[in-house]
Amino acid sequence: MRTLFAKVWDGHVVTPETVDTPAVLYVDLHLVHEVTSPQAFTVLRERGLRVRRPERTIATMDHSTPTLPRGADGRWPFADSQAAAQVSQLETNCAEFGIELHALGQEGQGIVHVVGPEMGATQPGMTVVCGDSHTATHGAFGALAFGIGTSEVGHVLATQCLLQRRPRTLAVNVDGRLGPGVSAKDLALAIIAKLGVGGGTGHVIEYRGPAVRGLSMEARMTLCNLSIEAGARAGMVAPDDTTFQWLAGRRKAPTGAAWDAAVATWRTLPGDPGATFDREITIDASTLEPMITFGTNPGQAIPIGGRVPDPADEADPSARGSLERALKYMGLQAGRPILGTPVDVVFIGSCTNGRLEDLREAARVLRGRTVAIRTLVVPGSQAVKRAAEAEGIDRIVRDAGAEWREPGCSMCIAMNGDRIQAGQTCVSTSNRNFEGRQGTGGRTLLASPLTAAAAAVTGCVADPRRVLER
Amino acid sequence: MEPIRVVESRTAVLPRENVDTDQIIPARFLKVTDKAGLGRALFADWRYGPDGAPRADFELNQPGAEGCAVLVAGDNFGCGSSREHAPWALVDFGFRAVISTRIADIFRSNALKNGLLPIVVDAPTHARLLAAPGAPVRIDLEACTLTLPDGVVVTFPIDGFSRHCLMNGVDELGFLLARDAAITTWEEGR
Repeated sequence: MRTLFAKVWDGHVVTPETVDTPAVLYVDLHLVHEVTSPQAFTVLRERGLRVRRPERTIATMDHSTPTLPRGADGRWPFADSQAAAQVSQLETNCAEFGIELHALGQEGQGIVHVVGPEMGATQPGMTVVCGDSHTATHGAFGALAFGIGTSEVGHVLATQCLLQRRPRTLAVNVDGRLGPGVSAKDLALAIIAKLGVGGGTGHVIEYRGPAVRGLSMEARMTLCNLSIEAGARAGMVAPDDTTFQWLAGRRKAPTGAAWDAAVATWRTLPGDPGATFDREITIDASTLEPMITFGTNPGQAIPIGGRVPDPADEADPSARGSLERALKYMGLQAGRPILGTPVDVVFIGSCTNGRLEDLREAARVLRGRTVAIRTLVVPGSQAVKRAAEAEGIDRIVRDAGAEWREPGCSMCIAMNGDRIQAGQTCVSTSNRNFEGRQGTGGRTLLASPLTAAAAAVTGCVADPRRVLER
Repeated sequence: MEPIRVVESRTAVLPRENVDTDQIIPARFLKVTDKAGLGRALFADWRYGPDGAPRADFELNQPGAEGCAVLVAGDNFGCGSSREHAPWALVDFGFRAVISTRIADIFRSNALKNGLLPIVVDAPTHARLLAAPGAPVRIDLEACTLTLPDGVVVTFPIDGFSRHCLMNGVDELGFLLARDAAITTWEEGR
């Protein structure tokens, strides 16, 4: 009796783990971007190595890329010459080593964790890696997907393999059903708050239960994406008809008889009844409200109707110190309701919430309303952007007074010039509220696209369910 | 990478929990295409004020923290982003070991590939180290022992493979490349 994780892991072991050596694990799909790959290609050159499986390697550019269109002079408005050089280096590396690249302005370009699935490259039962911690996203398809460092990017380029010790397993059982206005983002924040930001360390999470089965693929991607914020390298959802329907017809998905054979194999992936996990937790989705963070790590989240926790209530001195420090940084007062907190900027996008469904949710709030503060809407990929424009979402965003941008990581990581100023507060649909993440001295409140859009039209933290009623 | 056998050093103590890799090296320093000189960006937003001057209240700016090769940090060090720039910056700054009660998975994996020894200790040992910034410790990687400032010796866990690689300055890529035949056989057998 094996779990989903065990089946995928066992199916990729080239040489098994021993007391003295880790397992050699085969990688089916390697996604590459400009920030964490240049030093790995340098190692290949220094050692005279080639890329072992270029056909299993896909590159795009997202972190350092501008989200404003090409200028009249045909040049991209890079934040600085370093960003331009990094992007140019990726083009050089992909050309030299024969890697498929979806470059700026091309139709396949976008955030690496958005474009992999949408081109059908991410498939159930695969091992997927990328030099990016949010690689966990691809686990939504029943793949074992995890972030790696740049040295390991080099290992995979050169050998298509990684040295890995088998992680432990953690089942997150989600009972019930999410209520109206409560999304996968809220569920993920509630899970991280329960586990703590280090609670998943050493584990691969499998999200299970009726609430997870009821989620769309895009919602499952949001959920798995945030696994790393609980310290887990990977999060997985067993593939089912929802998965297969989403994949069918995508460019890199199998077709014809190969599709039928693939689906038959994929149906064997879900964990066997009675397979056990090293740990299990259970959460009831029907009790959840929209969630929002108040602190400087993603585990510091409360229901939107809640109050900012008081360090005085914290028994552990170290945790009390962390909380005091977080509230001081965030400029929030203990014991006060989070509702009504003034907000300066709203960011809607990222590998967490930059897909079509996320933009539709934001548009539900923005339609016919006007933003009160600077609001940036950044589609996750060129494909998402085109699909959203075909539905008129760009018009809704612009009519509301918000900015409709080109795809990229943008203000999630603030490497490309899109950032907030010191002391500003941003409600963001991204994944990290770490100090300075969206700009030095900036303050981030993580929330769902609905909650972010509600903040955009009210200028403060607001319950989207109430805003939609108005 | 530089082999590690014994590290004898005073400790720099950063008693904060959940130090994420965005704090270890902020994202704006990731636009490089090499790894040289990143020590200057280590903890940049905690080390320096908006005017670029060192912040007097930051632990690593204290006179005793200078030249320390061992960093003692709060629980769950290195969480968040997978950026290997974090251990690159720590090593370039002069650290050879990081001690905490918990070290995030990807950071730990990256540290091991760069001659930075991640050491996990129990809470009582951690508390003694946190209480004694600047005190001398001795790490013996061969014996997997950590000698505390008061002379008490504790052992720490590390798997044999990681220990071998660190002690000999061997990188894992060579090990993987030597498995080329096995990988080919496996690919053909799928």
